[in-house]
This record gives sequence, structure tokens and C-alpha cells, in this order.
Amino acid sequence: MGAGHHHQLYRAGDTLVHRLPPQCKLAAVAAFAMAVVATPREWFAAFGTYALLLAGVVLLARIPPGFVLRRMAIEIPFVVFALAIPFVGTGERVSPLGLSLSLPGLWAAWNILAKATLGVVASIVLAATTEPRLMLLGAQRLRLPPMLVQIAMFMLRYLDVIMDEMRRMRVARESRGFTARDVRHIPVIARSAGALFIRSYERGERVHLAMLSRGYTGSMPVIQDLTASARQWLLAGTLPGAALAVLLGTALFGTGGVGA
Amino acid sequence: MHVPDGFFNVAVSVSAGAVAAAGTAVCLRGARRELDDRTAPMAGLVAAFIFAVQMLNFPVAAGTSGHLLGGALAAILVGPYTAVLCMAVVLLVQGFFFADGGLTALGVNITLMGIVTVLTGWGVFRLITQSAHGRAAVTAASFAAALVSVPASALVFTLLFWVGGTAPIEIGTVAAAMGGVHVLIGIGEGLITAVTVATVLAARPDLVYGARGLAAPLVLRGADGDVTVTPDTVERVPAPAGKARPFLLAGVGLTLVLAGVVSFFASGDPDGLERVAEDEGFLAQATGHAFGSWSLADYGDVGGIPVGVAGVVGVGITLVAGGAVAYGARRRDREGA
Repeated sequence: MGAGHHHQLYRAGDTLVHRLPPQCKLAAVAAFAMAVVATPREWFAAFGTYALLLAGVVLLARIPPGFVLRRMAIEIPFVVFALAIPFVGTGERVSPLGLSLSLPGLWAAWNILAKATLGVVASIVLAATTEPRLMLLGAQRLRLPPMLVQIAMFMLRYLDVIMDEMRRMRVARESRGFTARDVRHIPVIARSAGALFIRSYERGERVHLAMLSRGYTGSMPVIQDLTASARQWLLAGTLPGAALAVLLGTALFGTGGVGA
Repeated sequence: MHVPDGFFNVAVSVSAGAVAAAGTAVCLRGARRELDDRTAPMAGLVAAFIFAVQMLNFPVAAGTSGHLLGGALAAILVGPYTAVLCMAVVLLVQGFFFADGGLTALGVNITLMGIVTVLTGWGVFRLITQSAHGRAAVTAASFAAALVSVPASALVFTLLFWVGGTAPIEIGTVAAAMGGVHVLIGIGEGLITAVTVATVLAARPDLVYGARGLAAPLVLRGADGDVTVTPDTVERVPAPAGKARPFLLAGVGLTLVLAGVVSFFASGDPDGLERVAEDEGFLAQATGHAFGSWSLADYGDVGGIPVGVAGVVGVGITLVAGGAVAYGARRRDREGA
């Protein structure tokens, strides 16, 4: 997970998807991911339909496909893992192109790749069309405890500050000729981490005092009106609704594909 | 490495979600006692610190590098309750905004990387610091705590994988591979954690939660020679009751509904491991795992109990187990207060 955390997450826009209240989008994406995970891996047609549905949302939100593809880099460690499964997996073996691959391993790799990719793309669309602050307020409306939401807000707000602090420490280390090559260099990195903790914690204390002096009593006022109309819920529900329809339809009529 | 969607089946994802929700709810109350109204800004900044420090890659052996999990470090620096909250928020933000870790796997990720690492790390740390005192002991305990927490998390991952993984790899192989690699990573994590804690101890010893007992009491010497020793006054704010209850109940309800309804749609085909077993021909001679004769084994394939009911019962058992642990933890905490 070391990679891919530096990209711009939110793309401002004024499309139908951008305008939906955040809680609707969050619930829709979570329900969609649930439907995807519950789909048996043999139903190729269902996965194809899910992908088409997501592509439709990407088009509707006017997110450039390149943006989605670049952010999908986050998935790479698990792609590597999934590609390794057929080689180390057990069971019946097939040998296309002279490679000895495990058949259940291939199924498992496909299962993880398909479901993880759909989940990642859905999350990327969600993050790209929802302002971070609003996303957390939406989560609060979905009954995530307010304290957790507040912590997450502070984290998001000060993340760049802390990351910059860390970057400056790295620049300072490297400008003195330091590169971490083996285990003996761990103490140097760890001392930076210790200094970073003290700076973060002291900043937290200053932030808290500054907030107290501005009348903070333990909860943040919500000034946005985040109520969602039934129409908006219905609109957001089309994505998981369609996915669920595909899932149920395939389950009832068995038109899924190979092994269904 | 964050677990993505589709890695575990629905039953495991949902059960782990219930465990994560219950654990977070307990920690929300506990963190109030550790930090009172400073909870939000302090935990927020510490979460940002954990997020940043997770990106510090450290060299493990020639050519490979690992990155910090940070659970044990957070537990020692800010206390176990706040640490779980910070880890949960870090994973939440990574899942929501960075698409790192699937939304349906959020429960699994919080359980593995938040709750398990913090609990084992803090447990080992307390065990050592209770028998030995002093800064050196704190540093050594930090090393051991972080070292144990990483393979512990990996082993719980293996356990979950055994229960509901979707890949047909022999469980022994997984355990060996995960264990081996993570002991190595654990040594790195232990070194970093120990030196980090030692650094903070040297500069601001009052910030290390795990070393609170080390501070000498304040001694006042008057001009006339009389000495007053002020005892430690640790203020404890009683946790507000009932705040987390609606969330908890909603979580339990949703879990039961999902386990009952969704598991109907789970594949009726044998899962990977069973398939392997059939292929290898050892299913017939296998005596099953310890609960093989129970009606619940294989989620209702055995005793004629419908799949959905088995799912609900399974979630119930998980919840009772999680609840018992949480209740025990609270009892101990009260006695210690």
C-alpha cells in the first residue's frame, strides 16, 4: 500500500453523480460491492454487466478513464498475489502453454481479480465525485458514530500537513547523504518517526487549544443541509438495484454461464 | 497489505464487520476516558501520523522492504482504546478515499490490522512492563509487542482464510508463508517501534501512554526544609452512556439480516478447499475439523439447517464471543481504575 496515495482524489464537477447527496452514494456503492462479492464466480455474464453498469456511471460523472486507470494502481499488490495463486494452488492441474497451473487456483485468481477490480473502481468513482468532507458527513448521516467522523475529519484536514512534515524530514536526511539500505539504518528512520509523532501530537494540542478558544465543546456544528429526497435515494439506488436485479435474475433463471 | 473485495466470502466479511463494529464501539467509550474532549483533534492527528508512518518503508533483508503496520506503536504511544480508533479511522479513510482495501472487507481490515495488532501488542507490552520497570524495560517491551503483533495479525488472517477464503491454497502453506514473511517484517516493525518509543521517551516522556508509571511524583521542598510529595492525580472522565448503542444495535440487526438473506445466494458448489479435498481424494478419510459433526459445519450443508439460519446462528456466536471479550475488557478496566 506504499504506493498511490499521492493522487488528487476528488474531481470537481457538476454532473448528476456529483450532485447526489453523499449518504446516498455511499450506501449505493457499499450495496453494489456487497452484491458483487455475493455473486458466484462462475457467472461471467453477471460480472460483465456489473462492469458495464460501472462504466455507465463513469461516463455519467464525466470522469476521464485515464484517471480511473491511474488510481487503480492501488490494486497492484493484490493483482500480483492473485496471479501467483494458480502457480502455488493445489488440485487439478492444467497446462496451457507448457505452464503447470492449478484449475481451482485459476478460478480463485479470477474471483479475486474480478471482484476486487469492481470494488476498487466503484470506490474510485465514489471518491472522485464526492468531496472528502461531505463524504464523512454522509457517513455520519448513515449512523457512523459522530466521534469517529470527527476523528476522520481531523485526520483528513491535517494529513497533508503531517505528510509534508515527513517529506521535509526525508529531504533533510537525503541531503545529508542518507539512504536506507539495510537493517542498520532502521534506527535513523525510527528517530524521524519519533520526532514526527511528537510534532503531530503537539500540533494536536495546539489545534485543540485553538478550537477551545473558538468555543469548541466536543462536537462540530453541521452547517450543510444534507437531507436527501426520496427521488435522490431512488436515483442512487439504480446502481445497486440493477446489480441486485442481475444477481437475482441469474439466480432464478440460471442464464449465467459455464458452471451456474 | 489491505484485503480487497472478493478475497473472503460474504459470511466472513459480515462477521468480521460485526466484530470490528463492536470493538470500535467499546473503544469509543474507552477513548473518552483516555483523552476526554481532546479525543477528536488528538486522535485525528495521531491517525494522520499513523497514516504517514505507514508509508515509511524500511529495509528488511537484502532487496526487500516492509512497511509499518503501526498498531502496537499506536497502542504504546496513545493507549489501546485511542489506538484502535486511530487504526479504524486510518483504514476507513484508506477504504473510502484511496480505494485501498475493499468496502466489504473494511471489517476484516479493521479486525486484522486494528483490533488484533493493538490487542496483542498492548497485551505483550503490559505483560513485560508489569514485571520489569524502567525505560529500558519499556523499550524492550515495545520491541517484543510490535514483533508479536505482526505475525499474530498474519495468523488471524490465515484463520479467517481457512474459514472463508476464496483461494484453494493449502492452509499449511498459507500459514507457513504468512508466518515466515511476517516474522521478518515483525522484526523490522519491532526495531522501528522500539527506537521510536525510545526517542519519544527521551524528548517528551509524558507523551508515552505505556510509560505513565515511570514519571517520578512531584516533590515540593519548602525553604524551611519541609518536603511534600504530591500524589499522581489521574483524572478520569466517566464515559457517556448510551451514545454508541443505536449504532451497535443497527450493526447487529443489519448483520443478522445480511447473514440470513445474503447467504442464500452463496454458491452451492463446494468451496475451494472442499474442491481440493475432493480432487485429492482425502475428503472421505478426513474426519472433518473439530466441529464437523455439528449442524453448523459448512454453513448448513450437514444437519439440514437452512443456509440462512446457519448464517444467523454463526453471526450470533461470533457476536457473543466478541461481546464476552469486550465485557471482560471493560470489567478489568473498571477494576484497574
